[in-house]
Formats: sequence, structure tokens, C-alpha cells
Amino acid sequence: MEQIAVEEEKKLTCYHCGEPCAGETIQFEDKNFCCTGCKAVFELFRDTGLEDIYAETNRVKPEEEDKYAYLDNEAIADTLLDFKSDNHNRIKVKLPAIHCSSCIYLLENLHLFNKGIIKVHVNFVKQEADIHYNPQQVGLKTLAALLDTVGYAPQFKTEEKKKKKSHLSIKIGVAAFSFGNIMLLSFPEYLGIQDTIDQQFQVFFAYLNVLLALPVVFYSASDYFVSAYKGLSNRFVNIDVPIALGIIVLFGRSLFEVISQTGAGYLDSLAGLVFFLLIGKWFQSKTYENLSFDRDYKSYFPLAAMVTRNGELEAVPIADLKEGDIVTIRNQEVIPADSILLSDRANIDYSFVTGESKAIKMNAQEHLYAGGRQIGEQISIKVIKPSSQSYLTSLWNNQVFKPEEDLGTEAITNRISKYFTLVILLIAALAGAYWLVVDARQIWHVVTAVLIVACPCALALSAPFTNGNTLRIFGRNKLYLKNALGAEKLHKIDTIVFDKTGTLTESKGGAVRFDGYLSEQDKEVVGALTSHSMHPLSKKIQAYIGGVPKLKIEAFKEIPGAGLEGSANGHLYRLGSATFVGEGNTREGQVYLAVDGEVKGYFTIHHGYRAGLENLIAHLKGYQLAILSGDNDQEKQQLEQMFPSQTLMRFKQQPQDKLKFIKDLQDEGKNVMMLGDGLNDAGALKQSNMGIAVTENVSTFSPACDGILEGAELNQLDRFLQYAKSAHGIIIASFIVSFLYNVIGLSFAVSGALTPIFAAILMPLSSISVVVFTTLFGNLLARKKHLL
Amino acid sequence: MSVIFVLIIISMTVAGAFLGLFIWANKSGQFDDTVTPGMRVLFDDKKKKSDQEKSGKES
Repeated sequence: MEQIAVEEEKKLTCYHCGEPCAGETIQFEDKNFCCTGCKAVFELFRDTGLEDIYAETNRVKPEEEDKYAYLDNEAIADTLLDFKSDNHNRIKVKLPAIHCSSCIYLLENLHLFNKGIIKVHVNFVKQEADIHYNPQQVGLKTLAALLDTVGYAPQFKTEEKKKKKSHLSIKIGVAAFSFGNIMLLSFPEYLGIQDTIDQQFQVFFAYLNVLLALPVVFYSASDYFVSAYKGLSNRFVNIDVPIALGIIVLFGRSLFEVISQTGAGYLDSLAGLVFFLLIGKWFQSKTYENLSFDRDYKSYFPLAAMVTRNGELEAVPIADLKEGDIVTIRNQEVIPADSILLSDRANIDYSFVTGESKAIKMNAQEHLYAGGRQIGEQISIKVIKPSSQSYLTSLWNNQVFKPEEDLGTEAITNRISKYFTLVILLIAALAGAYWLVVDARQIWHVVTAVLIVACPCALALSAPFTNGNTLRIFGRNKLYLKNALGAEKLHKIDTIVFDKTGTLTESKGGAVRFDGYLSEQDKEVVGALTSHSMHPLSKKIQAYIGGVPKLKIEAFKEIPGAGLEGSANGHLYRLGSATFVGEGNTREGQVYLAVDGEVKGYFTIHHGYRAGLENLIAHLKGYQLAILSGDNDQEKQQLEQMFPSQTLMRFKQQPQDKLKFIKDLQDEGKNVMMLGDGLNDAGALKQSNMGIAVTENVSTFSPACDGILEGAELNQLDRFLQYAKSAHGIIIASFIVSFLYNVIGLSFAVSGALTPIFAAILMPLSSISVVVFTTLFGNLLARKKHLL
Repeated sequence: MSVIFVLIIISMTVAGAFLGLFIWANKSGQFDDTVTPGMRVLFDDKKKKSDQEKSGKES
């Protein structure tokens, strides 16, 4: 795959650990390091003692301390601490900057930085650090600031940190213990010599077995009972009901046989059943762990806000914010609640809410929504709605967490699960009745075998696993889908709508040329003028001029659709369309400059179309294509050359026009996929069945889009779509496989050829085989399509 | 042959003790993190290293 990069980015490798230095590179003595951990270890090898190096870096910067000022508030700190006492506190923090073993080394030696730190224990996989410190010697605020200074800015977990540990491994351990020992005690049975030993021993062994089986039934298998009960109390027969039933039947029957001394019962099968079931569960959970993301949106909110109370600025937890509170928001800080802007001006970035990374300029008395981020100077806001009721939380509660519409396989899975258990119970009852007549001894074996062997889990697993694998493969190719459902939706798409600027064209690169005379002074002014604007054209001109604009512009005005205006050095500068500066017609991409009404010349900005676009279009033959652009139709001819003739093209589109266009298509029954850059088509992205934000910088993640695609990978779109179609085929195939498995298994069970223990082994086996099947084929497919 | 009662009870007790240890190990969080201890093993012990440097021995 060709990569045409405008600027060569040299991949620097860390001198110490050899990993590539992604993100910030730290330079020290002509060497590059990927993180302060590696740099510190390097220094360590040169110097005598750790203390010396760390003494230097121990100086905590004062700004860092301020950032964590809210930690001085006892109420807040208490919610974060795991353990608190007079001289020993314990807290778990998330340190996303951890990425190599040197990081662990540095962090676990943090006690050498500061005497108040007792111990630090790092969990590399979770990127967490468990810190023990003495609150009398070091405060939480200083601790956080220290972590920040050494390069590991801490994130505090706001919500439930304690997930209920179900102790699955302990349950497995107990089940295994009982299983093995029961089998040991059942030896006489297996060897068929139970009638030759003393009655005493038989009774003894039998009761011992019952004793051993008790923890299995009441502890290890408890999850199944709880789940079945919960389902039944909601009038819903879930897959755990037959399993719970099977266990109860087995145990009850065995108890009956032991007490009435008519047999030895089936306790070994019972213990084995539970053991294998739990192993299957454990395996599933391990695989799920690798496939799931954990996004805690709530932890995006700042924990506390700086509120002016009684004339003093104090940190207040956001849950305590009241209407009328005056809050100070600094640069990059998030607005904690719906409020009114008190300052004259603000620059709010709502990317997290709407997907628009373009900051919105707000004026005094305007309404600000929670979740927006202030870019620029400090502002003062007045809270009008406490946090919990904010529009934003309701947005998130509705949009993000609401269940998606019914789609293909998910719907099938749900429908089948509903009837599945009922059918199984019916079959079990019928089989039981049959064997009651034919050979009563077989009943219990048959009934339990039927109840156990039927596994809807294979069905339930096909879709999530295939989609999970698809997500992973797409992620490797820089297409990040928001969730597994997105992978499903892709295969139904029949219409693709492209935004022009920023999606089909690259926002980087593209030549800028000035025709006319541009004095140094004018250049400086233009540079300063364009720095105030977020318009892509302004950005390009600013990049062309380069440098850091220091000049102050007076009376800055940005008129949408026209241009920029401002005064500097006593002259009025206007930069924009020809009509704006007072010239004739504009051609596309020409930005005129006029000083005091006199036209000095114009910038010609050439938009480069992405490489590989023609190839992509050739491969998208089966789809209806469309292009929406906010610009005028100057480039129509060029586009008509690249795109097939039935491609719909619309120009001069406002955001509402784009949204309407998509809606119209959907009303025609089309399944629309929209690719935009999220700057002004957030609404359209949300409206479309599948909205993909095409960005150059993959750090924006918003509820408005279903996925993010890195701009350079746009030409892979056809491969992604093809893969999604084939992945759907894999899901259908695994449905069929698991269905066949159930049919075969049931027929064996009904005929009495299946013992419960064998059924118990088959059940996790089927789940595993589904997982293996889908993953294997998914990967094979990816390799064929050159996606892996 | 009746000694089998005693034997079985003793063996159950021993096995039970091991089960208890297993449960304790799980509860005390030994198995929560299986990746980091592996990396921790490879860290150099600072004291030993500086001792070696001071005595200036290297083979």
C-alpha cells in the first residue's frame, strides 16, 4: 500500500528500551527516549545513585500543583481513597502513560522521590498504580502533581471502582476439588464392585459424596441459580434456566437415591457438570476481556470545579454544584454543568458532544452546555442547571447507551434465545415421558443430558465474536468503529455519501500561492489574522506563512461565507472572497487580500485529492455514490471525471442541507453511509445509518459518529465494506454450525446415549469451537483481503 | 479394612487444606495480575549493582 506523506516522520526509537517513540520524545544528551522512565533508567546506569537524579526532578512545578488543587478538598479525596488512616493512605490511580517496563521501574521506585510515599505497586496490563503514602508527610495534591511532573499524569477513577468480583476462579477450584474427590470415592461404582464391599462403606462413601457435592451446588453453581431466578422473576426464560434445572434435577435425584439407599446417585456427573460449565464461562470471559473497551464517560467530567463562594475561590465537587454558582473555567477545562457565560467571550470545543472539533465562539450571556471544553483564556460562568440534570447527561443516557435499532443477526439471536429454552424444556419433558414408559432407569440421564447439551451459547456467541474480531482487524487498519454493532451495519450499506472538503481532499498539503505583492508587514498581519480563525482556508494560509503570530489584531471579525477582517498598525485588512474585498468574481480557492480597500493580490489554495481515490471509486461499483460540499461547484467538472456518472453531487450545502439530503435518501429506503470530517456535518453523520468521521488526528471520539477513519486509509474503504459483507457470511455459517451441533447433540441425548457429564464437556466445547471458527475464518478472510 | 474410614477422612482434610490455601491465594489477589510480576523479575537490584561497581569486579 503506497503511502504518500507530505512530511516525513522519522520513527525515533528509544535509546533505552528500543520501542518506537510514539508521541512525545524526550531528548537528553543527544539521545531519544520514549518516556521519562527510560530516561531515568539511562541516567541511573551512568550515575551512582537513584537519589541524585531524582533529587533534581523532584522539584514539582507550581502550575502542576494548581491543576490538582481540588484534591485538597477532603470530601473529594475521601471518595477516591481505598483506605484511609492517620499515617497510611492508599489510592489506586490510572496512569495511561505507562507503556514499558521502565515505566514500572520508575514508578515502583517513586518512594525515592518523596519520603511520604511508602510503596507503589503497578499493574501493567490495567495501567494502574496502587499507591501507599503517608498523608502526614505528603498530600494527595502533591502526589498527583509529582506523578504529573515525572510524566505520568494520573487519572482518578470517579465511579464504582470496586467491581463485584465473582471469584470465578475460586468457584472453579471448589468444583474441581469436589469433582476429583467424588470420583475417587465413586471408584467402587466405576469398577463395578460396589456390591462386594460392606454396606457400611457404601453408606459412608455415599454421604461423603453428598457432603462434597454441597459446596458445588450451593456455591459454585450459584451464579446459574441467581441468573435463572432473575430471568424467571422477569417472566423471561433465559439460557441459564435449563442449566439450573438440570443441576437441581441431578442433585435431587441423587439425594433421593442416597437417602433411600437405592443407588449411588449421580453426584460425580453433577460435580463434573458444574466444573466444565464454569471452565467454559471462564474461557468466555477471558476472550471477552480482550475484545471489549471500557469507556467511562463520566470520568471525562472534571471532578470538581473552581467556584467563587463568599468571595473566595474554592474547589467544589460537581455533584455539589448549585444553580447560581459562579465557576471559573481555564484553558482545556471541561464545563461541568449547563451555564451562562459571564465573561465577554469564550471559545468552546464541543467535540465530545457533537463531534465538531471546530470551537464555537460564544458571547456573554450565551448558554453553555456541560461537556464542552474551553479553549483559550480563563472564563467565568454561572451554573443554571446542576450537573445531573444537564442536557449532556441526558444526551449520553439516551444516545450512547440506548439500545440500537434491531439489526439482522442481533434480532435473530434474541428471537431464537426466547424460544430456544422453551423448546428444550419441551423436548426434555417428552423424552422423560418416553423413557418413563420404556426404561425408567434412563430417565434422569436423558432428561439432564437434554437440558445440558442444548447450547444456545454457541448461537449467542457467533455474532459478538465475529464482530469483535472485525473491530480488531479494522482497528489495525485505522478504522475505529464505536461498537460491534457498527461492524454489522456495514454490510447492509448500499449508498455512500462523501463530504468533499477534508474527506475527499486532504487537509494537510495542498499548495498555497500568492499572486501579487505581499510585504513582510502585510504577511505578519495576515498570519495573525488567520490565526484567529478555524476555517480550513485560514489554517492553510497560516501554515503557509508560518511562524508564531504575535501581532495583535483589533476589531477582529469573521464573516461566514465572506472572509476575515481586522485592523492592525492602523490599517484595515480584509481577507476573503472577491466580493468581500470589493473585486469581481472569485474562482474556487482564491482568497483575496485588501488593505484599506486596496486589493493587494490573492492566495490560490489548491486542494489535493487523496491518493488512491480513483482506485477506490473503481471498486465501489455496486454502491450509489454521492458528494456533498459546502463549497461552490467550481470543481464539479473535475469530480465528474473521477466519479461515475450516476453520482449525485450537491454543492453549497449548509449543515442542515446535508442532513436533509441523507434523510431523503433514507426515506427512499436506502441504507446510507456518510463520510465526513465532522467539522460541519455532525448532524448528517448522526442521521446516516453509518456515520464515519474522517480525520487526520485520531483523538476525537464522539457520540455523533459510528466510527473514525484515519484520512490516509480512506482508499481502503472498499476493502472494509467487502470484509464486512464476508464477516456477515461467517456469522450465518457459525449459526448453522451451532444449530447442527444442537440437533446432533439432542438426538444423542434423547436416545440415551449421552451421559450428563459428556454433555457438560460438549457444551463448553461448542462455545470454544464457535469462537475458534469465527476467529480463524475472520483472520483468514482478513489475510486474503490484505487487511491483516 | 475399617481403617479406610480414618484414611479417607485424613486425606480429605489434607486436600481440604490445599483447597483452603487456593482460596486464600485467590482472595489475597495473587492471581489478579499475571503480567507485571514477570516484568518485575527482570529489574536490576540497585544496591547489588552499585556494590559491584564499587568493588570494580567484572568477569
